[in-house]
Amino acid sequence: MATKETIQQPDEVLEAQEAAELEELLGGHEVVAEPLWKIRFRLFRRSFTKNWALFKESKMGIVGLLIIALFGLMAIAHPILMSTVWEPAIYDPVSGYDAVVSEFTVVEDGEVTDETTQIALMDARFELNPTIDVGDVVRIPLQPAPPTLGGEDGNAHFLGTDPLGRDIFSQLLYGARAAFLLGFVAAFTTVFIATTVGSIAAYYGGKLDGFLMRTADLILLMPLLPLLIVLSAAIQINMVMLGIMIGILGGFGGDAIILKSQALSIKVKAYIDAARVAGGGDGHIIFRHIIPNVLPLSLLYMMFGVTTAIALEATLSYLGLLNIQMSWGIMINTAQNAGYLLSGTSYWWLLFPAGLAVSFLAFGFFVVGRGMDEVINPRLRAR
Amino acid sequence: MLRFIGRRLIQMFFLFIMFLTIVWLLLQLMPGDITDTLIGDPNIPLSTRLELSERLGLNEPLYVQYWTYITNFFQGDLGVSFSRYPDDVSTVLWEAIPRTLVLVLTATLLAYWMGFKSGKLIAWGRGGKTEQGFIIGGIFLQTVFYPWFAIVMLWTLGFYFGWFPIGRFIDVSLWQGSGLDATAVFEELIASVFIAVGVYFAARYVIKRTAPSLVVQQRLQRIAAVSVIAALILYWYLDPASSYVWDIVWHTILPVTTLGLITFGAVMLITRTSMLETLGEDYILTARAKGLSKRVIRDRHAARNALLPVVTSFVLAMGTVIGGAIITEQIFSWPGMGLLFLQGIVVSDIPLVAGALAITGVLTLFAHLVVDIVYTVLDPRIRVA
Repeated sequence: MATKETIQQPDEVLEAQEAAELEELLGGHEVVAEPLWKIRFRLFRRSFTKNWALFKESKMGIVGLLIIALFGLMAIAHPILMSTVWEPAIYDPVSGYDAVVSEFTVVEDGEVTDETTQIALMDARFELNPTIDVGDVVRIPLQPAPPTLGGEDGNAHFLGTDPLGRDIFSQLLYGARAAFLLGFVAAFTTVFIATTVGSIAAYYGGKLDGFLMRTADLILLMPLLPLLIVLSAAIQINMVMLGIMIGILGGFGGDAIILKSQALSIKVKAYIDAARVAGGGDGHIIFRHIIPNVLPLSLLYMMFGVTTAIALEATLSYLGLLNIQMSWGIMINTAQNAGYLLSGTSYWWLLFPAGLAVSFLAFGFFVVGRGMDEVINPRLRAR
Repeated sequence: MLRFIGRRLIQMFFLFIMFLTIVWLLLQLMPGDITDTLIGDPNIPLSTRLELSERLGLNEPLYVQYWTYITNFFQGDLGVSFSRYPDDVSTVLWEAIPRTLVLVLTATLLAYWMGFKSGKLIAWGRGGKTEQGFIIGGIFLQTVFYPWFAIVMLWTLGFYFGWFPIGRFIDVSLWQGSGLDATAVFEELIASVFIAVGVYFAARYVIKRTAPSLVVQQRLQRIAAVSVIAALILYWYLDPASSYVWDIVWHTILPVTTLGLITFGAVMLITRTSMLETLGEDYILTARAKGLSKRVIRDRHAARNALLPVVTSFVLAMGTVIGGAIITEQIFSWPGMGLLFLQGIVVSDIPLVAGALAITGVLTLFAHLVVDIVYTVLDPRIRVA
């Protein structure tokens, strides 16, 4: 555009010409200075819509989102139900107690044909009082009690009660809360550490890179579960601490190495050079240019991190090593300690709700992660 | 190649020293020391306690204790187990290590072998209900709550159907009065399996060098595998201790299957992804254009290149495998290192816990080294560089 004539023209003419050109370009629209956040938000919304369309193609990802949403609803429902419908003395997941009373007919020793309605004379005399005789009907509080929908004289226990007489459904909802708390703490710690360490190692390189990556190698070598078992024996670990520990060990290990290689590929892009030429400092480049571009990948690892964290927490509380009151792992631990480990389907409400809840929530986060993987990594998409 | 291994060994030695340091630091984190457990005992006067503390070197400065620990470790002295008092930790662990190794190695190798095969096949026949089913199954196996899964497996196959024994390593009532040492028989069994595997791979190598085509080669390899397995079974069938050996094998099947299944899911999914990426490469198109048979393209051109990420994934899967082994041993009462470790934690048997953790570190490092070597063999680019 800049021909010789325009350069020789005086300044006022040039400005007028530029203004005319700009007006022509805008097609009569007025120039409105848009705030930066609005532009960012619009860009974010545009990329979000595009990525959502890609994500939607993976049916499994949608199923995963639905599963997570369901568990989220459960987690929200618990405090609401506790403060409105459920009486704390009966439904509290930790300290509640409800004696579900069943009627038994006393029969001669050794003539019990149906264990759910009959009781042997010796057992009845031993457990209740020695004056009981054959043919009496006795009422015995039963734990663990099978699911009841409630009635005239009983409370509703949708999933029965545990060996200590506590409502399993309430425990299950409470466990969802605990799992989400742990998952988010662990995931945020993982992402924070992995992106920071990875970006810094990639950006500075040299000795710092070597040091950070050797540390990551060492942490990768650490067997996570045995280490956490030893730690939990040495110090009292609660949910938030466990989340942070898993986050540090997971984030500074494999995730940091993967994110470093991603950050390396971004470090050599032209816009990083442009930012440096424009006078951007190290911190500015790392936090405003490298980390935002690594973030999609680290969000992916966040999803897988949640899966690991949920499984680890459940395993540790199954072993009874954590200083927490109630979680899905503790539900199974309770059943095991009371001797219902091999009860299988006859006491299904002791083992199956908790075990399936852990598995499904982990499944949900995992398939969402896979769906995101397809958005980020185009090579995985369907033909 | 040798230089590469040597360099890696030196690196690993330093990594291991650091690992040992961390283990030692963790133990320092534990509240109190061993003499504190004697405080409550009125029969032990204070002077005895102080003397014991002196004799155990607990009054020495920390760096002296640290140095003693490290030097003792490399002399094979892991201390005395508190819970099995007269026994050394190394003696206790030495008995348990082969059992854990057999459990973990069998499960992992089977899982990798079958996971790779099935991942290869589902990637090749992409699309359709079978693939979806395998993917969902694989993800489920990968995310299932492992202790619960093990309990369900134990209940269904061991208790409800009664096909397999419920836990433990041998049936004690069967072995009573037989005059046989279970550990010795077990070691003999391991040795025979090792020899059989060696023979099989030698045969495989010879077949690969001489077979005229891939189809013939695969058929001959299958025949070799079947005959080696048959020879192994025949050998033990003719052995007078055959029923005892069968007892051990029978006890092994359920824990190995359970531990193998979770690894299987992950390996299958990784293989599928890696295979799909390989199938998109240009050289596959070239191979198709040349009119090579599907089997050759799948097994020779695609699968071999898809193997690399699967091998790498093993390093990351190691944590899952170790954790899984501990849980498996706990639920199936398999008397290996993991069970010792958990029991040691419960009764605060610190030397035993530390020893088990350190040995786990050694084995992990060794596995890393093996993966590195396998990787170099598979990928010539690393060998040359």
